[in-house]
Amino acid sequence: MEIFGIPLQAFLGQLLLGLVNGAFYAMLSLGLAVIFGLLGVVNFAHGALYMLGAFAAWIMLNKFGINYWGALLLAPLTVGLLGVVIERLFLKHLYKLDPLYGLLLTFGLALIFEGIFRELYGASGQNYDVPELLSGATNLGFMVLPNYRAWVVLVSLLVCLGTWYLIERTRLGAYLRAGTENAALVQAFGVNVPLMVMLTYGAGAALAALAGVLAAPIIQVNPLMGSNLIIVVFAVVVIGGMGSIMGSILTGLGLGVVEGLTRVFYPEASSIVVFVIMVIVLMFRPAGLFGKEA
Amino acid sequence: MTSAQKLIRVTYVALLILALLAPVLGLYPVFVMKLLCFAIFASAFNLLLGFTGLLSFGHAAFFGSAAYITGWLIKSQNLSPELAIVAGAIGSGLIGGVVGLVAIRRQGIYFAMITMALAQMVYFGCLQAPFTGGEDGLQGVPRGALFGLLPLASDTAMYYLVVAVFVACFLFISRIVHSPFGQVLKMIRENEPRAISLGYQVDRYKLLAFVLSAALAGLAGSLKTLVMGFATLSDVHWTMSGEVILMTLLGGVGTFFGPVFGAGIVISLQDMLADKVGSWVNVIIGVIFVLCVLAFRKGVVGELQAWLERRRRAQSAPGA
Repeated sequence: MEIFGIPLQAFLGQLLLGLVNGAFYAMLSLGLAVIFGLLGVVNFAHGALYMLGAFAAWIMLNKFGINYWGALLLAPLTVGLLGVVIERLFLKHLYKLDPLYGLLLTFGLALIFEGIFRELYGASGQNYDVPELLSGATNLGFMVLPNYRAWVVLVSLLVCLGTWYLIERTRLGAYLRAGTENAALVQAFGVNVPLMVMLTYGAGAALAALAGVLAAPIIQVNPLMGSNLIIVVFAVVVIGGMGSIMGSILTGLGLGVVEGLTRVFYPEASSIVVFVIMVIVLMFRPAGLFGKEA
Repeated sequence: MTSAQKLIRVTYVALLILALLAPVLGLYPVFVMKLLCFAIFASAFNLLLGFTGLLSFGHAAFFGSAAYITGWLIKSQNLSPELAIVAGAIGSGLIGGVVGLVAIRRQGIYFAMITMALAQMVYFGCLQAPFTGGEDGLQGVPRGALFGLLPLASDTAMYYLVVAVFVACFLFISRIVHSPFGQVLKMIRENEPRAISLGYQVDRYKLLAFVLSAALAGLAGSLKTLVMGFATLSDVHWTMSGEVILMTLLGGVGTFFGPVFGAGIVISLQDMLADKVGSWVNVIIGVIFVLCVLAFRKGVVGELQAWLERRRRAQSAPGA
């Protein structure tokens, strides 16, 4: 069976790959949006934190014998703690300044993390094996579905929807959203805003690290994996607009799929298709698909 | 003329004399040329960030594409160097026009993210285009002869050309900033809604500033190709966009000499450390970035100016 002259198997394979990439875009742009909403910082280090998550999993496995399932919990925790430290040490001092300084500072942090890991592990990738439980593939009749990829999509969707629920439907989320609108007022009502801000950055970092652990068995774990991704995620954020959580999730997934389809029909353009879409969206809806005009 | 202005003028003259004498003093000319190319690049970037208030995170696209255009024109089309440089600057100015047109639709951090994304597009373009040499880049670009007459193969001839272009660019930028057009740019930086309410077509001013900055950044890239003899992917990579931001920030955003000074520090640092510490160079640059943002936002020249200003005030109001 073929679709537009492309074998169905290849078509669905690329579609799934696009969905996997989209899941990463969604998780990362979600974290960026939450951090930006509350801290007013565009976290360039988000890509580096994602890379740290993947490396944490790799180091845990090879140095401490902690397997994938342990890393899935421990790596985000470790990187989340690092996020808390970053917020306390650096970001805290920037809240009253132009948001551009936050971008520049986190850019510096990204260079530091990347430089350290490049020095330690070189620019080439490290292999991380798919955990035994999820290795292999399931034959669905019309396509062969690699179990691990299905798992990644499933987990990311759950995490994204969980984050959405937490922010949009719980009391804690209400505080967060109120803090985004007017931090001083929320503080006046007795909410410990600085603590909330610190934990938000930590949670955003943990989310990025979780994406990194999920990505480790699919791609080569290498020091530059984050920065190459983060620029695409920035474009995703510009397309979606940072105003809406659900908007970030849908935009991320959607663009991943579009990228996958481009890889089927016109592979040369697959690395730039997201940027082209960004330009088109900016022409017609400068505030982004889900954004509110400031 | 105040004493501060006198001091600045004397400093400039002294630096120019130093630049002219540098080859005689035994400074390695290729190093100084590279430094001056990056000084032009940072000054061009500063025209946008310092005097218009727009943070472009994609200036490597202009620097690098001009480097490629010039390299290709000289190597494959046997064009003379002055034409290839002008073509590089015009080319990057055109790319700047397109990027600027898209990016000025948003402000602040979105502007930064959009320029970064578009620059990444240019990067992929340079990676895949048939004439850029892919991963290898363009190597062994000959310097040729200026106007077909003056051979640039010797470092001394090349050096004085670079100094001349640098001085011309520096004066040009200072002319732009002090012109009525430059005053409008500063107003946009300080208070954009006010500029709009006074009837200025803010977007046009921003776009022109963006194109000028891109073209000058391109000029720097073209000149760099001629000096070093190659154009590679690292010229268009996002780390290059970061480096030029660092140079400007470190020297002093919105000062004339700051970017030049910042370029001097960063290039010297890279030159000294490159063969000794490897990847730690990036770590060190990152640390400087963090320190600058946290504690040193005015930059070296900016702090110096603020200090001179404080001293002047203290002197003019004794006992106050």
